Amino acid sequence: MVRRLQRKDVVIVGLGWTGSILAYELSHTGLDVVALERGPWRDTAADFNIGTAPDELRYAVRHDIFLRPKQDTLTMRNNPSQTALPIRKWGSFLPGNGVGGAGVHWNGQTWRFLPDDFRIRSHMIERYGEGILPEGNQIQDWPVSYDDLEPYYDKFERVAGISGKAGNIKGEIHPGGNPFEGAREHDYPTPPMKQGYQQELFTRAAANMGLHPFPRPSANLSVAYTNPYGCSMAPCTFCGFCEWFGCANYSKASPQTCILPALIREPSFEARTECEVTKVNLTVDGKTATGVTYVDAQGEEWEQPADLVLVCAYSLFNVRLLLLSGIGKPFDPASGEGVVGRNYAYQTGSGSLGFFENVKFNPFAAAGSTGVALDDYNSDNFDHGPHGFVGGASITCAHTNGRPIRYHPTPSGTPMWGSAWKKAVRDTYQRVASVGAQGSVMSYRNNYLDLDPTYKDALGRPLMRMTFDYQPNEQKMANWMADRCDEIAKAMGAKATQINRLRVPWNVVPYQTTHNTGGAVMGNDPKTSVLNRYLQSWDVPNVFVMGASAFPQNAGYNPTGTVGALTYWGLDAILNYLKSPGPLVQS
Amino acid sequence: MSSMLRLRHLALLLPLFAIGGAAADPDNYVDIVRGKALVTAGDCVACHTAPGGQPFAGGLALQTPFGTIMTANLTPDNATGLGSWSADDFARAMHEGRRPGGTYLYPAFPYPYYTNVTRGDLDAIYAYLRTLPPVENRVNRNTLPFPFNIRLSMIGWNMLFFTPGRFKADPKRSDEFNRGAYLVEGLGHCGACHTPFNAFGASRNDKFLQGNQIDNWTVPNITNDQHAGLGKWSVDEVVQYLKTGQTRTSLASGPMKDVIENSTSKMPDADLKAIAVYLKEGGSAGSPAPTPLPASDARMQVGEAIFIDTCSACHTRSGSGVEHMFPKLAGNVIATQNDPSSLIRIIIAGGRATATDSFPTSPSMPSLGYRLGDEQIAAVVTYVRNSWGNAASPVSAETVRDLRTRVTGAAD
Repeated sequence: MVRRLQRKDVVIVGLGWTGSILAYELSHTGLDVVALERGPWRDTAADFNIGTAPDELRYAVRHDIFLRPKQDTLTMRNNPSQTALPIRKWGSFLPGNGVGGAGVHWNGQTWRFLPDDFRIRSHMIERYGEGILPEGNQIQDWPVSYDDLEPYYDKFERVAGISGKAGNIKGEIHPGGNPFEGAREHDYPTPPMKQGYQQELFTRAAANMGLHPFPRPSANLSVAYTNPYGCSMAPCTFCGFCEWFGCANYSKASPQTCILPALIREPSFEARTECEVTKVNLTVDGKTATGVTYVDAQGEEWEQPADLVLVCAYSLFNVRLLLLSGIGKPFDPASGEGVVGRNYAYQTGSGSLGFFENVKFNPFAAAGSTGVALDDYNSDNFDHGPHGFVGGASITCAHTNGRPIRYHPTPSGTPMWGSAWKKAVRDTYQRVASVGAQGSVMSYRNNYLDLDPTYKDALGRPLMRMTFDYQPNEQKMANWMADRCDEIAKAMGAKATQINRLRVPWNVVPYQTTHNTGGAVMGNDPKTSVLNRYLQSWDVPNVFVMGASAFPQNAGYNPTGTVGALTYWGLDAILNYLKSPGPLVQS
Repeated sequence: MSSMLRLRHLALLLPLFAIGGAAADPDNYVDIVRGKALVTAGDCVACHTAPGGQPFAGGLALQTPFGTIMTANLTPDNATGLGSWSADDFARAMHEGRRPGGTYLYPAFPYPYYTNVTRGDLDAIYAYLRTLPPVENRVNRNTLPFPFNIRLSMIGWNMLFFTPGRFKADPKRSDEFNRGAYLVEGLGHCGACHTPFNAFGASRNDKFLQGNQIDNWTVPNITNDQHAGLGKWSVDEVVQYLKTGQTRTSLASGPMKDVIENSTSKMPDADLKAIAVYLKEGGSAGSPAPTPLPASDARMQVGEAIFIDTCSACHTRSGSGVEHMFPKLAGNVIATQNDPSSLIRIIIAGGRATATDSFPTSPSMPSLGYRLGDEQIAAVVTYVRNSWGNAASPVSAETVRDLRTRVTGAAD
């Protein structure tokens, strides 16, 4: 039996980056806010103790802090002609679980998308003509510009304490930073991270080639920092346990380090953990949300009424909750109609591995976001005309770790075990540098999310089905990028290189990236977007949806910086909404 | 929309004030607000709240050398709290350590300090306590074993160790100093922890504020002593510590974390300044600084190796720590107290620093007792106490073993 709880002003689904930012800001204004999180409470002191946090077996191999597939998973297929099967062990991507969400286990690379990324469709047509757009694409301009988001990027960078070197402050280009970035109002709040020897080689080689290397913006902090919420962080110690781990040193920006210490002091805030929201409840006409229903750890079902529902789960699960709740029309690729699940996108990975002689790279002295990057081949920073593809990639020379179990790069052809493997590991551990391209993925009619017709979760709800593959445009782009990476690796002095091209068809088994975007995109047209430009549902105005699910397509960067900026952008919209509830944009 | 909700909550709560206990005088707003501030300064809530219990409803088990004492319910519940007490009854308890019927209270309730508090302040505190929602919580107030359960024995104790009487300002000192003295010697009852006890559990007035040990934590010397006390701290640093729980060389943890979170961080700056002025000008007393152990000492060499491996990532190789996060050990006054308990126990059991509105992070020290043996902890503590300009007595493995026995399993 569902029991009804006392009404709250705001209910937040998911307590990761976006949920904790909104929870803090809204409860700070005096609103009664409850956050429902399906995983456990996580806290640096209790859960990421330095004595136990750097445990590669527990976290990287056994996935201790990730969503358990038995809690919830997806089915996947490469195209609509296939039958999707459930993912029973996470591989290609790793959804977070618990307070802090994926913000606990990220590497910390914190980018701003480029101005052209926000109007990519118009821009590409203006420069190259319609013909440049790939077949079956649903690429669309963002309903916000870089300039709209600039102050909100700045706010997120200040909260997270990002370490970096500005390349463009108020239009003035600063050497050593990224000359392609959009104009920034301020430099980064903390100086860039120290780099290793291979980054030195990369910087020199790239500069000699006329490219523009810069230290990439990092949420592993270079110096001690106290953010505007009063939360303090310590400098990174380069322990190399960032991605897939919680940071024990208070050095990686996360909800735990940047927001929760202030949030838990707010008297009108309440968090309920291990509570799975099963649906957003609507009035009979379907135009107003009345709150949410959730199931607690004991299996008891509760209704939490609220005036405002903020959907702040991981991007994939935002989309699923909308589908399960009947908010917005589900996308149908056959007719091209509907919006929820439309424009799911991902990220490409390709590059080159360079094998060196007479060097010691010390890969164990690492952090998730150390690295030197260049944007010469990202977005439309280069002439796409001769290449015939849309999109680009950030190219980076980085090593995020040299951990004992999983970091043992060997030349291709090396046996997988035995004395030859051991010798190869011994010979190459100190001598490998990776030059990688993290590329954009455009949106297509046949890449989308919907509810699976067959498979259900433990609560009897249909799993979400992911239909996705890398399209020819992405393959062409990523493989062209791999060649650029290879040129740089050779120029760095590698004696041998090994090109890693985009693996197709997309395969869910090997880890690639947890940059799943789209499915509940923002836009100016309710026929092609779930949310208006204020991240407000077109159909149910007292529902706002945060996160990368709002991206119309994905750019050649990690998404968190843009997710953070959109959250502060959305916050301003929510504060406006509260003054006069109703649609912020007339459809 | 939220203001409507709030009003409804208020309407539900209001009748609670009226039933079950004596109602507050609604015209007494000024006194009530002042009383609340005084109750904060006295940190009454710390002892008079059981873990997980209602604030001020008592029931916390205080461990004393004589046995366990359960703290009283201060809410105005007629049957189990102070509901039937008059203002005179309350003043008598605070000034004389006697209940309304005349029975004796134990000095775990620090009336030897509260006797200094003015009657006006006590009436304000009384007025505030009347506004609390009455909570029915019957506390067994007779838990001490024989012979300490004989409350009449307190007559003799009071004759020996208790001097009733109000605070007398020193006309030769500034008003600020006297305000500080009034707070420290009265409601703040700082000496109840920071002054060592004699065999009868009384504060030793000849060693006032010269340091103690409570619950296996070092309670430091807070006189103005250069070596052992606050001699190297400025008045501003003392204020900053009490307000935010930290200075560049110190992050409060252990029992002082609670004092700062519940009490001093919420006190007016002027009162904190007065306390700081009083402590800085009130004289200095402590043991002279010993000569540091030479770096060639075998214990120092072992300690240094452990420090580099286990401690230096956060506290840094030079012992300078990280501001707001990891205490600076060079010049750290806790590290060089005669009593090394805090250093040892925080390595064994870990701990968390104070969280305040100014600095909410509350960073933690991990527990390392599971992988460092007694000899190793003794060596690293000895190293910390004698490096970067620090000088203090070496620590033996026996001392570590004793403390480990007492704190193992202690969660804080």
